[in-house]
Amino acid sequence: MQISAGAGQAADGSQPGGPARASERTAGRVWRAVRTNKKAAAGAIILAIFAIMALFPGQIAHDNPRAFAYGRSLGPSLHHLLGTNALGQDLFAQTIWGARETLIIALASGAASTILSMIMGIAAAYLGGLWDHGLNLITDILLVIPTFPLLIVILAYLPHGGLVPLMAVLVITGYSYGARQLRAEALSLRGRDFLEAARVRGERKPYIIFVEIIPSMTSLIMAVFLGTAVYNVIAAASLQFIGFGDPSSLSWGTMLYWAQNGEALQTGQYLWAIAPGLCIALLGAAFALLNYAFDEIGNPALQRVAARRSRYTAPWRIRAKRAS
Amino acid sequence: MRYALRRLGFFAVTLWACLTLNFVLPRLMPGSPILDMMAKYHGRLNPKALQAIEVAFGIQTHTSLIVQYFQYLGNTFTGNFGMSLTQTEPVSQVIGGAVWWTLGLIGVTTILAFILGTLIGIVGAWRRGGWLDGILPPVFVITSSIPFFWIGMLLILFVGKFFVHFPLSGAYSYGATPGLNWPFIVDVLQHALLPALAILITSIGGWILTMRNTMVTVLAEDYVRMARAKGLPGWRIMFDYAARNAMLPNLSGFAMSLGFVLSGAILVEYLFSYQGIGYYLLQAVDNQDYALMQALFLLITVAVLVAVLAADVLTALLDPRTRTGS
Repeated sequence: MQISAGAGQAADGSQPGGPARASERTAGRVWRAVRTNKKAAAGAIILAIFAIMALFPGQIAHDNPRAFAYGRSLGPSLHHLLGTNALGQDLFAQTIWGARETLIIALASGAASTILSMIMGIAAAYLGGLWDHGLNLITDILLVIPTFPLLIVILAYLPHGGLVPLMAVLVITGYSYGARQLRAEALSLRGRDFLEAARVRGERKPYIIFVEIIPSMTSLIMAVFLGTAVYNVIAAASLQFIGFGDPSSLSWGTMLYWAQNGEALQTGQYLWAIAPGLCIALLGAAFALLNYAFDEIGNPALQRVAARRSRYTAPWRIRAKRAS
Repeated sequence: MRYALRRLGFFAVTLWACLTLNFVLPRLMPGSPILDMMAKYHGRLNPKALQAIEVAFGIQTHTSLIVQYFQYLGNTFTGNFGMSLTQTEPVSQVIGGAVWWTLGLIGVTTILAFILGTLIGIVGAWRRGGWLDGILPPVFVITSSIPFFWIGMLLILFVGKFFVHFPLSGAYSYGATPGLNWPFIVDVLQHALLPALAILITSIGGWILTMRNTMVTVLAEDYVRMARAKGLPGWRIMFDYAARNAMLPNLSGFAMSLGFVLSGAILVEYLFSYQGIGYYLLQAVDNQDYALMQALFLLITVAVLVAVLAADVLTALLDPRTRTGS
């Protein structure tokens, strides 16, 4: 697959070598990472299992996840692999079907957030001057305002909003850390020869940004995407747990919300709380493992002393880096 | 000096942004959330309280937006946040009662996590390749992706099953009279144990890993080798030579994390019904008690801003390179 991608770009003929080769290298690196790095392999396998659950939930779980059709609070059995909840719904079916919405939230809002990071970060670095100051100030402010309370406050004014505003707010509040990183990387590219060459050739700015700069930053963009995805999985689940979003939807966060409301913890219905929480943790871990592995591969200096890229510790880690 | 002024300027701009956000959001949102709330409370509140809301959120008033904005700024700076609808007392009093519980629970837990995590990180880096160093990083990758309210849920499940009489919610037993006497203190500590544990489990890893990674880099420095060559005892090299210089990221991180104390464990407080800042924030959201919600959000943000500023100052004080660098 990575070969065809590289060949397609080279067929353009406009720039032999350069960015086309960079993206080919990255694709190759991703594949090699999954094959050789245990962490990456584990992350990829978990993700693949969840993807299958999300794509074919009906084939895996035959019960209707929404039907209140079964006995209440049944223990696990062959008919109900994870038992039923206090409302008489099949927990196995709910867990399998929940993968779809949870994955969509993680991937869609992660991707949108990354694109926003790219726009804000790369534009700031490339345009420079007042643009840089302005865009950077907005990013810095959003980096400092505590994200989770901000999410809650914005969503509080949208009590019947459902899933779309939840994702939109996640995107807007979650882009800043990535924008910070991408801006730094783009700044370091600014004086490079291949960009000078493009400018001398008379290429237009959009061409330089999209064809020259972005392809050479793919591995960092990948890291930003994975980091944001981890964060969004947890943040979305947390928000759904306290009742934001659409409580009638099928996702792991909503399952936890109903488990809490149905007093699953107090009445000993363990699987109602454990199954969705474990899935969230595993999905988060899958993204985190992939991120960790790419970090090790992309940055040889870290291979012995592996550092971690995390969305939570973000603000002061940047600060610490700036300080040292 | 210029650096300090620039940081102060940033502080002011961010504070202004938050204040303005608070003012703009309820007026901007589709579906008019305030009218919605008023309809909900109509007949249940006295007309005076309703009128106060109308003024605060600019409904049915003839003052222009700009005048409203400056009135709002004035009120905020004089500490007049209005009445809380659900708690039926002034917002400032609700906050005054709640803030100590949060500071006590999460403040103490944050300090504990910092001390424990830093120590474990120091020892882990010192005995590099040992069993501690072997298990911690991978375990941490997993725990960092677990939502910490879920850890709290597991704790409730486990403790609720095996220790039937252990308190699972609230800050102290129902009916107990707060006071400085021994039974009450024991009661409070018992109630704080589970939420504190949930926070500790999920937050300690960050401290361990940052400390360990910086410490490993510092241990490779020449002056550490020099100290070894001089034949200094191991614990002196570990603490006085390496850890002292490797502490900086963790210390400035600590200053930051103190600011996040107020916002840090909203979900844990919610889960354990612990009557702190986060608990009241979610209560306010649930009951559309916007005045209380706005004030809490402002308080949380200011705490973070002060902490960011403190972290900057601390870094500048402890590390001369930042002063000359900028």
